[in-house]
Amino acid sequence: MTGVLPVALEDATKVVQPLLAAGKEYVCVMKVHADTPESRVKEVLEEFQGKIYQRPPARASVKRRVRVRRVYYLEVMEVLGRDALFKIGCEAGTYIRKLCHDVGEILGCGAHMHELRRTRAGPFTEDEGNVTLHDVSYLYSKWQETGDESLLKRFILPMEKALGLLPKVYVRDSAVDALCHGAHLAAPGVTSLETGIESGRVVAMFTLKGEAVALGTATASTEEILKASHGIMVKNERVLMPRGTYPKLWRSKRST
Amino acid sequence: MPRIVAPWTAERNLLTRSEEETDQSFGHNPEERPYPDLVRFGVINLDKPPGPSSHEVAAWVRSIMQVKQAGHGGTLEASEAQKPNAKEIPR
Repeated sequence: MTGVLPVALEDATKVVQPLLAAGKEYVCVMKVHADTPESRVKEVLEEFQGKIYQRPPARASVKRRVRVRRVYYLEVMEVLGRDALFKIGCEAGTYIRKLCHDVGEILGCGAHMHELRRTRAGPFTEDEGNVTLHDVSYLYSKWQETGDESLLKRFILPMEKALGLLPKVYVRDSAVDALCHGAHLAAPGVTSLETGIESGRVVAMFTLKGEAVALGTATASTEEILKASHGIMVKNERVLMPRGTYPKLWRSKRST
Repeated sequence: MPRIVAPWTAERNLLTRSEEETDQSFGHNPEERPYPDLVRFGVINLDKPPGPSSHEVAAWVRSIMQVKQAGHGGTLEASEAQKPNAKEIPR
């Protein structure tokens, strides 16, 4: 199977977790095991939109119990003979091989996944900055020869890009180093924030320069954070920025 | 059936709580991060080839770029043709 596989380097490996949990998009070729009218194949495939129930396949690396997965869209692009080409946008952990199998069960004749290409993993798509291993190897060795940093920038994206689908909270400079030391984010530290934040949702905390500082869980909604004058707004869960990147402008309780 | 909006099509706006300036004497706009931080805090949007596993591909990136750590975000199974056929394995 081919397609979008984000690879995070060194300290950026901390952004892998939110990427694993992010939605994916695939283009799939499914083979139906008997001649079936095109309209019927389309109809059954399109039923697999919204909430679907799926038991992970035998070879899966997770516990095999039926779970609910959300399919955002499933667009049948072409049906040719026994082959069906479709595009699917779905929640992380949706097994496309299993989906094809289940479509075959409903059709009655069976079906299997023939080919699969991932066209999106969270914020990463195959149209934007997608590079091959050959590109990586070529550009890296070219950089070693010349020392031209623009060669690295042709295939390495800032880790902030991986957090593109998380709602963001921007914090003032004076709050940054405290967050780097694991502090939770209090209301006065927030300068601006995005809509769509709800209590219990994962959010990304950013500097005003657009650097990722930490990931955490919001304890209030966008509207509530906007109005709050005090209190913890985001529970810090994963620090991304090294300590000391920003000056220490906070005092620990013990020293006061 | 209720339609569920994909996270990448959901619209989001930025709301300001208080106007604030940032001091340019520390930190960097991520797009202008100099080497070696450029690599240290970098992500590659890789097009996985069909043969190797996602894990192997991440290991190759690690060795090509001589970095200590590289992790992939979401397993894409290796091509079926490259995998041993379970039915052919004698019991």
